[in-house]
Amino acid sequence: MDVQLFTDSFWPLVLGGLTGTIPLALSSFAIGLVLALGVAMLRLSAHPVLAWVGRAYVSAIRGTPLLVQLFVIFYGLPSLGLTIDPWPSAVVAFSLNVGGYAAEVIRAAILSVPTGQWEAGYVVGMSRHRTLRRIILPQAARVSVPPLSNTFISLVKDTSLASLILVTELFREAQEIAAFTNDFLLIYTEAAIVYWIFCTVLSFGQSRLERKLEQYV
Amino acid sequence: MSEAPLLTATGLHLSFGENHVLRGIDLTVHRGEVVALIGPSGSGKTTLLRSLNGLATPDAGRIVVDGGPGEQVDLTFDGGPRRAWGRAGRRARAQRESLRDRSAMVFQHHHLFPHLTVLQNVVEGPVQTRGVPRTEAEDRALALLDRVGLADKRDAYPRELSGGQQQRVGIVRALALQPDLLLFDEPTSSLDPELVGEVLTVMKELAEEGWTMVMVTHELEFARAVADEVLFLDDGVVVERGAPAQMFSAPRRGRTREFLHRILHPLD
Repeated sequence: MDVQLFTDSFWPLVLGGLTGTIPLALSSFAIGLVLALGVAMLRLSAHPVLAWVGRAYVSAIRGTPLLVQLFVIFYGLPSLGLTIDPWPSAVVAFSLNVGGYAAEVIRAAILSVPTGQWEAGYVVGMSRHRTLRRIILPQAARVSVPPLSNTFISLVKDTSLASLILVTELFREAQEIAAFTNDFLLIYTEAAIVYWIFCTVLSFGQSRLERKLEQYV
Repeated sequence: MSEAPLLTATGLHLSFGENHVLRGIDLTVHRGEVVALIGPSGSGKTTLLRSLNGLATPDAGRIVVDGGPGEQVDLTFDGGPRRAWGRAGRRARAQRESLRDRSAMVFQHHHLFPHLTVLQNVVEGPVQTRGVPRTEAEDRALALLDRVGLADKRDAYPRELSGGQQQRVGIVRALALQPDLLLFDEPTSSLDPELVGEVLTVMKELAEEGWTMVMVTHELEFARAVADEVLFLDDGVVVERGAPAQMFSAPRRGRTREFLHRILHPLD
């Protein structure tokens, strides 16, 4: 094994993660969560058309590969005259994807809060909307931290797909080094190790967050 | 009593699918009066109580809540769709909310907000929905908590309290809304027996202070001591109503007699 090559490549890969993978995952996750909350509300709506729109969205996202969604946005939309740069294309694709998956998590978390909490909100004079915001969502948030953390960690790894639309991130960095040095086994294994380090740190953060939230429910 | 009743419900009907839970209930509550609803489970007493607070929507009937000038709530239920959207839905929601503004409910299972402290639980309603400034709401909340002996628990979370303490906080949360009408839905039924007394004591004090109360209860001794009127419900109708002394010692109806006997002499 070429130890020199390994150590020389390590920081470029970590840097690719810090400047590409993590910002891509964070921004997509943030936008995706907002979207997911909206989709979850559609799914929970008593209005049949709105509920159907929510179901259709989740079905479309979960029923098609992320890579295909990414390619439709980056390579497909230009034929409609809509050309989006690599980075924003990736953010759009990943956000839409998170929106679909996290919507189901949030919906389940909201449904897990006992009906009595809604009624207690109504009894103290709150509207449905205010009860949701002040009473239900804080409790649902606690329940949804573990599954949402999993969604986030999956997303961190899925951002490697963005290398296929020329976004500079960890895996794209690895591809370039590998092509240059021809040591594919070493570099791709090293990339895997760096992904693993990132995900392990995130899992650690997840369990700390869970313990913190446990205090008050 | 010459004054107009605080609450008048007439001809309330409500079905859950095939299950006809309320079959034409009339109920009148005057200011300062304590009304106890008793009856076997499934008799409709909890549904009736929830109807008075807009948590259940009758299919037919009328509920009038008297108030100051311009404060009268007069709802007629016509079995319209209980949809949550569109104009009909908005109208139904506005009706429920106007009804809810006048009363406050204490639940069987306290339903305190688990992510908020005791004090936050109590001020949540006044601050969020009645526009009371936070400091003023907190002062009032602390005074109420003090009254039920829980001022030192202001910063505790509900799960850190005993069942009786939780229920007393539930009562304080209702009082903080300064409602015209207090509704109690079997407030002691889910408590350990030794904790029942502390909750009933608070309720008795409220009755003596002149709060208007409607309560669903299985505590017949308590109803006898505190209630001005007792309604015995069975199968969605009011079988018998009257002063507790008369009702408990000399019930006029066979069904009332059987029910009281089963409760008071369960081993016979």
